[in-house]
Amino acid sequence: MSTDAVLYDHPGPRAKIRNAALTVVFGLVLLGLAYWVYAKFDEKGQWAGALWKPFTALSTWTDYILPGLGYTLGAAAVAMVLSLTFGIVFAVGRLSDHRWVRYPAGAVVEFFRAVPLLLLMFFIFFGVPFITEQPMSIFWAVVIGLTLYNGSVLAEAFRAGIHAVPRGQSEAAYALGMRKSQVMREVLVPQAARSMLPVIVSQMVVLVKDTALGYIISYSELLQMGVNNVAANFGNVVQAAIVVAAIFIVVNSILTALAGWLERRTRRSGRAPRTKGQPVPAGLVQTGEAAGD
Amino acid sequence: MDVFSDPYNVDVYVTGFLWILKLTAASTVGALVLGVLLAAMRVSPVPVLRGFGAAWVNVFRNTPLTLIIFFCYFGLFSTLGFSVSDEIDLNNYWLGVIGLSVYTAAFVCEAIRSGINTVPAGQAEAARAIGMSFRQTLTMIVLPQAGRAVVAPLGSIFIALSKNATIVGTIGLMESSNAMKELINANGDAVIPIFLVFAGTFAVVLIPAGYGFGWLANRLAVKR
Repeated sequence: MSTDAVLYDHPGPRAKIRNAALTVVFGLVLLGLAYWVYAKFDEKGQWAGALWKPFTALSTWTDYILPGLGYTLGAAAVAMVLSLTFGIVFAVGRLSDHRWVRYPAGAVVEFFRAVPLLLLMFFIFFGVPFITEQPMSIFWAVVIGLTLYNGSVLAEAFRAGIHAVPRGQSEAAYALGMRKSQVMREVLVPQAARSMLPVIVSQMVVLVKDTALGYIISYSELLQMGVNNVAANFGNVVQAAIVVAAIFIVVNSILTALAGWLERRTRRSGRAPRTKGQPVPAGLVQTGEAAGD
Repeated sequence: MDVFSDPYNVDVYVTGFLWILKLTAASTVGALVLGVLLAAMRVSPVPVLRGFGAAWVNVFRNTPLTLIIFFCYFGLFSTLGFSVSDEIDLNNYWLGVIGLSVYTAAFVCEAIRSGINTVPAGQAEAARAIGMSFRQTLTMIVLPQAGRAVVAPLGSIFIALSKNATIVGTIGLMESSNAMKELINANGDAVIPIFLVFAGTFAVVLIPAGYGFGWLANRLAVKR
């Protein structure tokens, strides 16, 4: 672990004492904070067994939490498949040689990236029925909203990925006599897709989190089922929120770990997109990925 | 565009976006301060602080913002009795700012940490070689260079923040998405113009903001 300690010297005797003192001080501060939270909870009677007990009952899990998790993951999975398609189509569209394809595709992607997902879902769920004069399915309102937003984000990622495929690949393909669409379909997109795999999995995390917006238009996902409905029955909002947050954290941590593993794997096999000119900097600290939202 | 000739509707629209503006402004400050502190913790020599920073990032980055805002209202306020103001809108506003700040701070922290990573190790080694302490190395050498590298990621984080501000509508604040919902329900014949005005306002502000941050990032980038 000495490599990530470039910011400070190896502690000498005095620094060791200082670090130990700081550890104790901050440890005490954090313990104090934890105690304060504990005391606050205690004051409001939030440690009462009755509030936590529902989570030891099987029926709470089978009636509320697991179905909610199922709906969350279901919507996220369907939206993922659709936004991948959307992303590839619009990324290729933005790279088209024809202005009448490139500009509209660019406008769509930029627009849906700039509009808040909640606004989009409200429009689809509350507004579209006024136009089509039939009720909108909540599931599809959530999935379509997620698809338009995440598809646009993925389109930008794919465009970067396609740009990052070495030039020689498309030149070689053209030299073989392939047509533009063939080069794109058979050479560029497959390679880009493979190198974009980590990005795609990271976007899954965003998708899983964003399904929680479905709660606002009362789609029965994990937040609705696991927090709202459980709390309505047992009066334990705080406890339910903590349990459901923990589930989200576990699911998303698994996805993040998967993305990290895929990234290391692609890098090892030498298929990672090459960043132009810039050598990989000798970093000061080891970092994970930095997602936008 | 008849809908927007009614002064009441215009008022709903303006109030909605004013809330978004206020939420974004206050949460940007909150998230930036918290995020820089967390980033400093995560690279510090004290293991307890590193652990705390890492835990914060893992918890808040992986929890849906909707759940956090929900918790701020129903947990923090309703159940635990934490309140900032007696006025209901103002209270919801500050609860929203707390939720947005703690959530966004996790992303700011990660962005700054990867910004620190773009600073060549030689810079910090040279700083240490001339006898600078950890605090001096960080504040005088590393962070100023890292700051330039994080303009673009921070830009997208704050753009995301201003869009996320709509989620505070969950706890009853009449921000833009709730305002749009109200107008749509009251004017079923003008759904598309209403959506285009609300979505267009975001697009008109945020798309140039995105390009602006990109331009700024290019200008400020450390040439190596």
